[in-house]
Amino acid sequence: MADFDQELDASGLNCPLPILRAKKALAGMTAGQVLHIIATDPGAVKDFEAFAKQTGNELMESKEEGGKFVFLMKKN
Amino acid sequence: MSEKKLAIIATKGTLDWGYPPFILASTASALGYEVEIFFTFYGLQLLKKKMDVSVSPLGNPGMPMPMAMDKWFPVLGTAIPGMQSMMTMMMKNKMKSKGVASLEELRELCVEAEVRIIACQMTVDLFDLDPKAFIDGVEFGGAALFFEFAGEADISLFM
Repeated sequence: MADFDQELDASGLNCPLPILRAKKALAGMTAGQVLHIIATDPGAVKDFEAFAKQTGNELMESKEEGGKFVFLMKKN
Repeated sequence: MSEKKLAIIATKGTLDWGYPPFILASTASALGYEVEIFFTFYGLQLLKKKMDVSVSPLGNPGMPMPMAMDKWFPVLGTAIPGMQSMMTMMMKNKMKSKGVASLEELRELCVEAEVRIIACQMTVDLFDLDPKAFIDGVEFGGAALFFEFAGEADISLFM
């Protein structure tokens, strides 16, 4: 697992909260820093891909781990 | 990246119909859109500080009901007094248990994200609504004000 600078646990939250929380967390970070996101909403997988594509932040990793969805997002 | 614009007209004042405008507006803001919502007719209920909205099984055949009641319960039974508040309470509990944000929470996120909120002046007058009952930051205007923004918008939605 790559290093990260900040962690966001969005477990139990449903659309659109994981995206909104991630956006808020990224707003407080500096360019190049990495946010580690944990979510349980299966819709978050496609949503974070779409979020990265539209905001220019880089989705470095997206995987399922023990029933949870884990993402690494690098702030642009 | 140039800023895209989303314009929404929100006309419904029920618990279920309150979700689409606030979900889409808050998400669009997170994606970098500039967003404006024009609240008119029953949609104005969504702007009240103390939001009091319900969901009704009456005339709503698509609404899943507990214990598969929608399959065997007579349609007229959904008009029984207390049915609407019971269904609303059950819906709110279900949403909470599934991690769905409350309408108040989503609205707050929209306000934080500086979504521009317009209340239809004509409907406010028509229903004698008290502007002081609305959340702070609401602007009042008419159709022309909506088009000023919507005319430049990339997406316009009527809900």
